[in-house]
Amino acid sequence: MPVNQTLSTYSDMAYATSVVVYIAAMLLYFGEFAYGRTGAGVRKRESALVNAGGGATSTPVIGHVETPQKRPLSERLGGMAVAMTVLGALVHAASLLLRGFATGRVPWGNMYEFGSAICLAAVVAWGIVLFRQLRAERREATPTQLRGLGGFLMLPVILLLFLSGTVLYAKAAPLQPALQSYWIVIHVAAAIVSSGVLLFAGVASVLYLLRCRFENNPLKLAKFGSRLPTSQALDRMAYRATVIIFPVWTFAIVAGAIWAEAAWGRFWGWDPKETCSFVAWVVYAAYLHARATAGWRGVRAAWINIFGLAVMIFNLFFINIVVAGLHSYAGL
Amino acid sequence: MPGFLNATLAFLRNTWRGLTSMRTALVLLFLLALAALPGALIPQRSLNQSEVDRYFRDYPNLAPILDKLGAFEVFSSVWFASIYVLLFISLIGCLLPRCWEYYKQWRSKPVRTPRNLGRMPHYEQATLDASVDEVMTSARKRLRGWRMVEREEADGALSISAERGFLREIGNLVFHFALVGMLIGVAGGKLYGYEGQVIVVADGSEFCNSGTYNYDSFRAGLTVDGTQLNPFCVRLNDFEVKYQPTGQVESYRVDMQYQAGGDLDTNTWQPYLLQVNHPLRIVGDRVYLSGNGYAPKFTVTFPDGQQRTGLIQWQPVSIQTMLSQGATKFDPPGVQDEAQRRQSQLAITGLFAPTATFDGKVLSSGFPDLLDPAVAVDVLRGDLGLDSGRGQSIFSVDQSMVDQGRLKRVARQNLRPGEEIRLDDGTRVHFDGVERWANLQVSHDPFQPWVLGFAIAIIFGIGTSLTIKRRRVWVRAVPSPEPDDSRSARTVVEVGGLARTDQAGYGEEFTRLTADLLGTGVDHSPQSRAVAGSARERKS
Ligand code: HEM
Repeated sequence: MPVNQTLSTYSDMAYATSVVVYIAAMLLYFGEFAYGRTGAGVRKRESALVNAGGGATSTPVIGHVETPQKRPLSERLGGMAVAMTVLGALVHAASLLLRGFATGRVPWGNMYEFGSAICLAAVVAWGIVLFRQLRAERREATPTQLRGLGGFLMLPVILLLFLSGTVLYAKAAPLQPALQSYWIVIHVAAAIVSSGVLLFAGVASVLYLLRCRFENNPLKLAKFGSRLPTSQALDRMAYRATVIIFPVWTFAIVAGAIWAEAAWGRFWGWDPKETCSFVAWVVYAAYLHARATAGWRGVRAAWINIFGLAVMIFNLFFINIVVAGLHSYAGL
Repeated sequence: MPGFLNATLAFLRNTWRGLTSMRTALVLLFLLALAALPGALIPQRSLNQSEVDRYFRDYPNLAPILDKLGAFEVFSSVWFASIYVLLFISLIGCLLPRCWEYYKQWRSKPVRTPRNLGRMPHYEQATLDASVDEVMTSARKRLRGWRMVEREEADGALSISAERGFLREIGNLVFHFALVGMLIGVAGGKLYGYEGQVIVVADGSEFCNSGTYNYDSFRAGLTVDGTQLNPFCVRLNDFEVKYQPTGQVESYRVDMQYQAGGDLDTNTWQPYLLQVNHPLRIVGDRVYLSGNGYAPKFTVTFPDGQQRTGLIQWQPVSIQTMLSQGATKFDPPGVQDEAQRRQSQLAITGLFAPTATFDGKVLSSGFPDLLDPAVAVDVLRGDLGLDSGRGQSIFSVDQSMVDQGRLKRVARQNLRPGEEIRLDDGTRVHFDGVERWANLQVSHDPFQPWVLGFAIAIIFGIGTSLTIKRRRVWVRAVPSPEPDDSRSARTVVEVGGLARTDQAGYGEEFTRLTADLLGTGVDHSPQSRAVAGSARERKS
């Protein structure tokens, strides 16, 4: 099947555009994070709002209508950041779709496309977290605090996209025979979604560690730490993301093994990629165990989660590029 | 003596406790991850011997030390095995008591409502305009699907203890047991499986799985002696490779036939199109296409007019251009005398290019497809050393014979199909053309379906275990001590909640539950006469 060059060019343009939009979103997130009022003030206002809907314990004043406050600039920055994120994700998705149409196959057949798709998965995961947290009845963090995470997620995403778009870039081309199987849809999609969500979990764990330093000693990281959600909220976000995605990651590995059985003649052969995926899986299993082991719950578990993410990233780049193995169809 | 015995027993008991503790499991998991990492970073013998050789050349000091440590075969090393064996002992030691405990919990009733519900992590309280009975009825309705017990307490209060999420533990147990099952399945495959490699030229040649000697290489499981292979035969008729203009492969297809079972007796052949990702599955064995290359065909006409044709695979030296090298060897026909034969054996050795490009007279290949084939060969005559007792590669001649002067070059030339070389004694070497060969891999693993089954159990087990939350709710209803004179009964309702496992995510459900039971979160004004039952109706 010949490659449609026009669509492929449009795809590249959309890709570049999405990176620019993401950068704008990141700057806006950081803008809100830097200039927003520090935790205490906002929290008071927010808790007033929450209490208004808080139920039996509250004693609202009858007949008092709150004058709608003008939203401060920082919050408007945050709102724009979210809008930019959505826009960026749409353009980004269009870039992947166009690649798919240009080549007549799934748009994750080489490292460039794979990296791009992982970033989209991470951004979508972030969007879902944000949306759900803002709608939750029991909010664990103020919207401002929540949006504060956005910049820290966009940062690695933009770096990854930049790397994928430059160093790893591959021209649109059909798949090589080893990849021509419906398992590429199943196995690689599961791997992409897992990697994206685990990226979010890892970022949450990093911020958790920073916030913990602040909570243990409010003099440390005073400005920075006070603007983050509570350590408890960050810990839960990391944990829930990991817990939801761990079965998917397990499935991705099993699907890979099923595919390997058809393509390479054995379901498991300790190929570097297989080995590294196994290591990542064991590290995340250790994370889940740590959460159930006294003395390992908080900071140590977070470190394990970060280590897991490190292995995932190592698996993505180093193994595909440097180590020769059966998975070396990076298109480099 | 009894003291010694007691001490030993105590030691054993403590060791066992230590080994089966969560902390040990955590440490062992870590060790497993760390121990597997070198397997990804250092080349492994089982995957790529030539990379290992290169490592030895690049790091001559480090490599032997690593080799002693087993770093080039991590996954069959003693230390790797000891980690996972310990882990699985710990796992089983951990699982068995948990099964028992779980069984007991499953048999027992939800625990009694705590005296002081306010101490629970989740707690709400409200006074409702309803009688105790009404409250209990609506609570019972709301908690349908939960395991529930109602109790009357000493002071006359009624309470419900409810519990949910037992499947979580089941999922967890299924997951961990399936891990054990999977390990056993993999080990079974290592015992009873085999894997063989064979090169077959795609000109109608056949291969039969009748003994290990038919294979170019054969890796047998520990209990496999090669006498009881599943009988089947394959015949390779044609091999078609499609390339893109860039030289990237678009598809490989082997047009083949096979026979197995009854077909062997009746000698009937079934057709099959063998492709990458589409192995042939017959009688418990799988046949894969795992490699390909070219086999140049030469016909030698000896001075007495006798002809011999050689068609043997040459080895690709470059995957991109399929430039190949090899050696096609001939015995002179009709020579009985050993000594004389050893002076007149022939070898045609050199390079084959599917699309010839010349740099001066040096042959190389410009494209992997068969567009303009040519060979650049040396013809050697003398003693090939085939009877020396030493094994030799089919892709090259024994260089020591050349060094000793027992094998001499008698011609060097580039040939296109149809061209020939005439040697000094009148022997003619004719380059007939070229065929493709396929490398077939035959694999057998009777435990594979089991491993797959356990893998699926692992996914479902972990999915259940991680998505379902084990949680408890208690509802206590007490008649309000100060009855409202204008109204009938009022009831103080307390709801307490506890997530037995990690709390993440339980809060939401509890909030909804209390909203339904207490009418909170629906209408917040104190004037509201929310009755639990009506709140529920509004919701449904
Ligand atoms: C082969 C190695 C093992 C792997 C890959 C593994 C993996 C896991 C995973 C992924 C979970 C999370 C599921 C959940 O939270 O319900 C888990 C939970 C658990 N594992 Fe393991 N495990 C292993 C060995 C062990 C061992 C040796 C023990 C006993 C010491 C153990 C005891 C537990 C317990 C008690 C839980 C439940 C924790 C909780 O309530 O969240 N596991 N395991």
